[in-house]
Amino acid sequence: MNILDCHDLTKIYPGQTTALDHINLSCADGKIIGLLGPNGSGKTTLVKLIQGLLTPTEGEVLIDGKKPGPETKAMVSYLPDLMSFDESMKIRDLFWLYQDFYADFDKSRAEDMIQKLQLDPSEKIKLLSKGNKEKVQLILCMARNARLYLLDEPIGGVDPATRDFILHTILSNYQRDKASILISTHLIADVENILDEAIIIQKGHIQLHESVETIREQYGCSVNEYFKEAFKCY
Amino acid sequence: MTWKLDPDRPIYLQIIDRIQTDIVTGVYPPGGQLPSVRALALEAGVNPNTLQKAMSELERSGLVESHRTSGRFVTTDEEKIRRLKESLVKQEIQTLLKKLKIYGLTKAELIEYIERNEEEQ
Repeated sequence: MNILDCHDLTKIYPGQTTALDHINLSCADGKIIGLLGPNGSGKTTLVKLIQGLLTPTEGEVLIDGKKPGPETKAMVSYLPDLMSFDESMKIRDLFWLYQDFYADFDKSRAEDMIQKLQLDPSEKIKLLSKGNKEKVQLILCMARNARLYLLDEPIGGVDPATRDFILHTILSNYQRDKASILISTHLIADVENILDEAIIIQKGHIQLHESVETIREQYGCSVNEYFKEAFKCY
Repeated sequence: MTWKLDPDRPIYLQIIDRIQTDIVTGVYPPGGQLPSVRALALEAGVNPNTLQKAMSELERSGLVESHRTSGRFVTTDEEKIRRLKESLVKQEIQTLLKKLKIYGLTKAELIEYIERNEEEQ
């Protein structure tokens, strides 16, 4: 069973902007997959369709064979590209919130990670730095024992040390026999070492879906270089 | 700190190189246990499936043996490790000779350079 299937998936926003144009995609289970593409290519639209935050104009998306709904949300751990919490809440309150909403949330694992970061659980979210907010959000997401982690721009706009922390947190929580990860990002060079496969998306079309090692073998260059060469803007 | 990897080459080949070097230089002695795939993947900062692929290749070559319940171990066949060392050194020398070719040295001159360098150190 594939963890993710898209059949002719299309999203046209009001005003006739076509964000995704008849996308067909199958992702096998147990892999870390990069959803790569420039800004405005349709990455976030695809992620939101998988999470059920948008409905397709045409076609369908299936998660483990099921349409987005309560059943898929129980097994998909979603990291939005924006801060999604009530910032007046404390870190500790968020633990309770996650525990109430998600049966697969491992509270003690989240507490451990917060402690390693030397953050105070009684701190209010709004008093945290931008980097620490992103870390807390990622920790909550990765402390779920999900089937699919859906990470939308997890390393956008953070410093190199925070980026390393985020990549390490993703890797150290990833159980490859139990879960898959879809990471959407335009920062290809930063994530390509942790990927199994790359999906390159441009202007609402899938341009390439290939193992990253195959790209390196076939083209003799990194995924980042391949991308720059194949999708030159000038 | 993650391993320094060249993004232009397949990662699993570089992991194989690195573990082979560690075996030949005794970081992992003959018969010694290797860290788990998970631990090595975290240390290297790479995908665990990629590390698994490198391990499978090392097992296929017989340099690493998998004991079903207790993990992976370096071979106890020291002759095999010695042969690997020889081939790694040979590779390095070939790379060096290729680089030095532009200076047009004879073999005797080259040896003289190496010996003089040794004395200076």
